[in-house]
Amino acid sequence: MSTASKPLSSLGELATTRKTTAEGPDVPSKIDVDSMNFYYGDKRALQDISIRIKPNVVTAFIGPSGCGKSTFLRTLNRMNDIIPGTRVEGHIRIDNVDIYKSGMDVVHLRRRVGMVFQKSNPFPKSIFENIAYGLRINGMAGNKAELAARIEESLRQAALWDEVKDRLHESALALSGGQQQRLCIARALAVRPDILLMDEPASALDPIATQRIEELVYDLKKAYTIVIVTHNMQQAARVSDHTAFFWLGRLVEYDRTEKIFTAPAEKLTEDYVTGRFG
Amino acid sequence: MTLRGPQSQPRRGLRRAEFLIEWGLFACALLSIGTTIGIIAVLTVETAGFLEEVPIGEFLFGTEWTPLFANPRFGVLPLVTGTLLVSLIAMLVALPMGLLSAVYLSEYAGPQLRRIVKPVLELLAGIPTVVYGYFALLFVTPLLQEFLPDLSGFNALGPGLVMGLMILPLVSSLSEDAMRGVPRGLREGSYALGATKMQTSLRVVVPAAFSGITAAFILAISRAIGETMIVAIAAGQQPRLTLDPTKPVETMTAYIVQVSLGDTPQGTLEYRTIFAVGMLLFIGTFGLNLVSAWLRERFREEYA
Amino acid sequence: MSAQISHSGASDFGPRVPSPESRTPNPESRAGARAIALRRGADVAFQVLALLVLVIALASLATLIWDIVADGAGTISWNFITSFSSRRASQAGIWHALTGSIFVIVVTALIAVPIGVAAAIYLEEYGGRSLAARLIELNITNLAAVPSIIYGLLGLGLFVRMMGMGRSVLAGASTLALLVLPVVILSTREALRAVPKTLREGSYALGATKWQTIWHQVLPVAAPGILTGLILALSRAIGETAPLITIGAVTFVTFAPDSIWSPFTVLPIQIFNWVSRPQVEFHANAAAGILVLVALLLSMNAAAIWLRDRYQKRGIL
Repeated sequence: MSTASKPLSSLGELATTRKTTAEGPDVPSKIDVDSMNFYYGDKRALQDISIRIKPNVVTAFIGPSGCGKSTFLRTLNRMNDIIPGTRVEGHIRIDNVDIYKSGMDVVHLRRRVGMVFQKSNPFPKSIFENIAYGLRINGMAGNKAELAARIEESLRQAALWDEVKDRLHESALALSGGQQQRLCIARALAVRPDILLMDEPASALDPIATQRIEELVYDLKKAYTIVIVTHNMQQAARVSDHTAFFWLGRLVEYDRTEKIFTAPAEKLTEDYVTGRFG
Repeated sequence: MTLRGPQSQPRRGLRRAEFLIEWGLFACALLSIGTTIGIIAVLTVETAGFLEEVPIGEFLFGTEWTPLFANPRFGVLPLVTGTLLVSLIAMLVALPMGLLSAVYLSEYAGPQLRRIVKPVLELLAGIPTVVYGYFALLFVTPLLQEFLPDLSGFNALGPGLVMGLMILPLVSSLSEDAMRGVPRGLREGSYALGATKMQTSLRVVVPAAFSGITAAFILAISRAIGETMIVAIAAGQQPRLTLDPTKPVETMTAYIVQVSLGDTPQGTLEYRTIFAVGMLLFIGTFGLNLVSAWLRERFREEYA
Repeated sequence: MSAQISHSGASDFGPRVPSPESRTPNPESRAGARAIALRRGADVAFQVLALLVLVIALASLATLIWDIVADGAGTISWNFITSFSSRRASQAGIWHALTGSIFVIVVTALIAVPIGVAAAIYLEEYGGRSLAARLIELNITNLAAVPSIIYGLLGLGLFVRMMGMGRSVLAGASTLALLVLPVVILSTREALRAVPKTLREGSYALGATKWQTIWHQVLPVAAPGILTGLILALSRAIGETAPLITIGAVTFVTFAPDSIWSPFTVLPIQIFNWVSRPQVEFHANAAAGILVLVALLLSMNAAAIWLRDRYQKRGIL
């Protein structure tokens, strides 16, 4: 499935050298994107993206700023719908269901495909209420005991429980940046998504907090499919199993992380990961 | 765990509830259109009834307004001139002073001065109009009578001046907004050529903000025309076709108040007169407001 | 010989070399120096004139305040506040008008708040740039500039006559509600706009619907701002006279209103009534009434400012 390694002379050749799968075809893909184009009004921001993301792995999207990786991430849970004037062509299938077909319940989709944002955005409520909110609106709250149990479970999953168990009813805004981000992760996990999308989750955090987030991501992949956008290549190398490299709205190369960083097939990829640009 | 899976009952109920909520909110938003329609409808119906008995020519061009007398006359011009006279005096005060104040605040004033002036202007704008009416009748007119002994107790001058004072903050803040919308680059270009602040302000900034400032002026005129209590208290209730500010006059708005205070039964011609006058007032102010809004939009487009 | 003449706004670069196009006077020539001095003089004169304008405005305000206080301070008393109207000036009080004002304003708020906030939510969160939304926005901007007496005529024709409310508190409050609605809508929209987008995104990402997001996240954060705007709108309504006179809030009402169907009067109308009397004693009452009205206004504005400060201190996210 790997193509011969050859230097690219133009982007046009990408069409023939692009790969869509990083593993063998026998594992059914979780997310299946097929010739997807994305438009902001008349401007095409993503061109002809095709990729198959496997379940229970961490996939990293890397690329220089403005290359479209965040935009692409947001198409996976239809977050771009709230921006007026955006349009998607092509198909995005999750568990073999086209999420852009008419009649798709977007609200239901967003519960199944959770998202953590670049800048942590806890609600101005207590830690408890931050997580309870997602449970309540999705009808997952149960009685008081069940609710408390679910909240504890998600805080443990996010490796935050020990730090906040005695102050669940204090304001979430009083937590440190790293804690707030882990709270946002806990909040997303509480509603039991299958897929977790993370848009540069550690970019606003100090190195120690970043490390904790990375450890968390590594642990979480056993139960979830994780797609993480990062501009930090070392982070991608540390944390992910597969990596997709984007450039100017196109998917340049997608393969096992180890391969991307040691022996990439495209020269463009090689230039980027060795730091020759971006 | 797949994305398929039956849409559970609560989900469907939720969708329907969301739909209803959105339509409920939309209905509330539509109510504002209902208000406009209501105003136009009420005014039109009663004015139509009025015009059945009084020919429109007599109404618009007649020079005597005595609808409550035994031998009624329905020429609205005295009310119109009364309104315009008081408004003119008000504008002579508010427009130049407001513009000067705006230029100073926008181009010269430092933060300390602003901190004093801004609240003062806000206060002037927030005083209820009855208070201004009191001031005009019981302080300003007697004061003016010291200098103009022929000034009658009810006149156009006193309320006109006070109205100008009341509208000054509006002119000032709207003009200031317009001037602040002028890009800094224009000013800097002027200064770089060696112009003084005054030259820059008057010859570069004000002309650049011209449509915005004109919009502000027109809005001020509209406000003056629609003002009621100051004139109801201090201008008098004698409709008089005159340009003499020392005599009592009656404005359109004061007339409506006068009739409303009385005991005019519904459905009579006298009752309908207030709607006819109100219709005239509405058309006038609405037209001015539209022009002002159009000018403001044009100004925004120039510098957006 | 560099004539370092500086004038406000321009920078000094030493002696100017006059170019053919330059209209800057050459400071080295006598005519040039005079021209520059003239310009400076004009600039100073202009500043003086502008300052004079501001001083006049300030002085007028001060005079007005002093005049009212001087006229009314003597009449203000607890007795004055709690007495009813009377034919005799010395016994006349404002209790009926004060309670009328407060009652009317409360009912106005009860009508205007749900409708205004709902309309603002629609325009800000749902409407977007659709044609309907833009038309409604344009309409609201126009309504905000319609003279208040026209609202009175609307209230007279619609509420008093057609809907048969008579000259009641309900008719007055409905009329005032329509009057303040544009302002409530505009200020509520501002408050909604101030809520950061990230809050909404976080909620949507969890699978919340639009209304769930608005009700549970956006509104609680925007609430203080909405309340502040509302109080300011109501404080303007409390000073309104013309529309209420037009719908028939008669001036000879001598009792406090006891239900939304009863006739009523309000403070500004009572003040108007007293000012219009020829007897001087009633003028003092009017001034005292004004002081009460202003006190009411100031307390409402102070409440709004306190709310705004407290809201700013707590901050959002």
